[in-house]
Amino acid sequence: MADLHRFANPTRFLKLAAIIQPWALAVFLLSAAIGLYMAFFTAPADYQQGESARIMYVHVPAAWMAMFCYTVMAVASAVSLIWKHPLADVSARASAPVGAAFTFLALATGSLWGKPMWGTWWVWDARLTSVLVLLFLYIGYMALQGAFDDRVRAAKASAILALVGFVNVPIIKFSVDWWNTLHQPASVIKMGGSSIHPSMLWPLLIMAIAFKAYYVWVLLVRMRAELVANKVRILRLKQVHGG
Amino acid sequence: MKQFAFLVRRDLSLAFRQGMDSLLVVVFFVIAVVLFPFGVGPEPGTLSRIAAGVIWVAALLSTMLSLERLFQTDYDDGSLELLALSSLPLEVTVLAKVTAHWITSGLPLIVAAPVLAVLMQMDTDGFLVLVAALLLGTPSLSLIGAIGAALILGSRRGGVLLSLLVLPLYIPVLIFGVSAVDAAIGGYEFKAQLLILGGFFIGTLALAPWAGAGGLRQALE
Amino acid sequence: MFEGKELTCIRGERLVFTGLNFAVGSGGALVLIGPNGAGKSSLLRMMAGLLKPASGKLLWNDALALDDIDEHAENLHYVGHHDAVKPVLSVLENVRFWAGVRGGDVSEKNILNALDVFDAKHLADVPGRFLSAGQKRRVNLARIIAAPAPLWLLDEPTTALDRASIALLDSAIRKHREGGGIVVLSTHADINIESATVLDISDFAQGRETKGAA
Repeated sequence: MADLHRFANPTRFLKLAAIIQPWALAVFLLSAAIGLYMAFFTAPADYQQGESARIMYVHVPAAWMAMFCYTVMAVASAVSLIWKHPLADVSARASAPVGAAFTFLALATGSLWGKPMWGTWWVWDARLTSVLVLLFLYIGYMALQGAFDDRVRAAKASAILALVGFVNVPIIKFSVDWWNTLHQPASVIKMGGSSIHPSMLWPLLIMAIAFKAYYVWVLLVRMRAELVANKVRILRLKQVHGG
Repeated sequence: MKQFAFLVRRDLSLAFRQGMDSLLVVVFFVIAVVLFPFGVGPEPGTLSRIAAGVIWVAALLSTMLSLERLFQTDYDDGSLELLALSSLPLEVTVLAKVTAHWITSGLPLIVAAPVLAVLMQMDTDGFLVLVAALLLGTPSLSLIGAIGAALILGSRRGGVLLSLLVLPLYIPVLIFGVSAVDAAIGGYEFKAQLLILGGFFIGTLALAPWAGAGGLRQALE
Repeated sequence: MFEGKELTCIRGERLVFTGLNFAVGSGGALVLIGPNGAGKSSLLRMMAGLLKPASGKLLWNDALALDDIDEHAENLHYVGHHDAVKPVLSVLENVRFWAGVRGGDVSEKNILNALDVFDAKHLADVPGRFLSAGQKRRVNLARIIAAPAPLWLLDEPTTALDRASIALLDSAIRKHREGGGIVVLSTHADINIESATVLDISDFAQGRETKGAA
């Protein structure tokens, strides 16, 4: 019976989640307010790109989160495959749509930014192209999750896919960079790095914190919902099989 | 090793007796490429510029089409569990099945590619490199595809799902495969691209059987 | 000696059985019974190493069987619901392949002898696609004769077999046990196995047990 314990309700996690969740929401609201204020009012407009460069304060943290969520997903998948921890499974599954949403946000803001910069909605810039491929990886992962009737199988199959995808991300990044320098040597914007001015760096970092807090909040909401849904499903199964 | 050869031989003879299957893949490859002149117009200049890319993309798509059945029939008729229960490690089984898959679907593509290159007005300087790049690249496609084919076993949307999982992972092979041919046609050095394709092959050879076997194990549970 | 200790099976979040023990000695037979969904097939797949137990262990001659799955697989033959007969290969080729994959004797004589045990020798040249369900099952059973292994795991082997074929299976099992082999099979009770241990799996389903007690 002791081994069945891990399939029981993770009450400790639920308790902890209930404590963290409002804090995460508070941190998100506060840092988003400060970050956006700084982005719009205290940060200087870019001397070349003007006011439109302010979209960077959403675009760059979103792109960071896109990669961050995929990493979380891959690590959680590894944990669930190796130690079979049920919470790892749930968190990987819950991370995927959030990460996909951030990836989409990064693409959309990149495209909006591209219009005044390049005069077109889409440019096959190395950075944007890699993010686009990342979005495909997310979609594949979520499609595989949804393709099985058996939840346990869905979790295992998509965990393997997440790991395979994670190994491939740097390879894809490298390939796309190579491909891009080959085809359009000069159109890449130089951004980030150590040369960025503190008046621009601060709002960027605060926005990054806001996005992280938002992620934690949504993740907890989704995980709690998932756990409740699990409970319902198990009750149903018991009904069917005469528990 | 003897059992490995045994398994490859069995898959080959299965493929040859169902001859149409691998033939259809080549036919698809040819048709997909032939569609392009209708799409972009028959000007030799345009065609020859996109030739390498078109042939590679068509090769990716046809490889992917043939992948769906890599494990599916064995899964459906119970052969897969018996293969998992042979003394052969499942990783080796995956490798054997991939080898057979490449011989029956990768190799015919490589044979057909120069003909298509002629139709697409490709510069003759690119022919040898195209074949070499396909020789180095298509095994990686089969290996990566095997992971996807194992993961979708027993799922509701087989084929479409497989393309969604596998095609993004094919991008690096596509980039360097096309770049090698273009470099050769432009008179540049193409050794680096071929070496990288070779590197991809070695890398996938080392990793894909593990991931594929992991996929099969969870499918059989 | 093949033993299971405190085995627990969970399928798709459902507890199928728990605390299940069994032991079969050389020459012994274990017959699994129980209603649909009790976990007969799951237990057999677990014994084969296809399904990992959620807890508990399997012992083969006092060694942990699942530590080296490939070695465990060499000791057993598993006959499941599907017969693994390829439609485009002849019966002979089908059986020869399975014997060869296990490193067994692939000579024509050996394969034909194995087919003869289940009265399927005359089918040797027939492609798999022409076989009836019962014939396929006999071919599948001939496979386990062609490359011998001490442990037979048979999941409802009598499905689709007629009375005469069941008798053939019966005597094949007897012969296997006389040679020290072990047989575990699940059945809806239409085969007569002498001096077999009977294991009713529904005894280990927790839900039913408590309900029965109440």
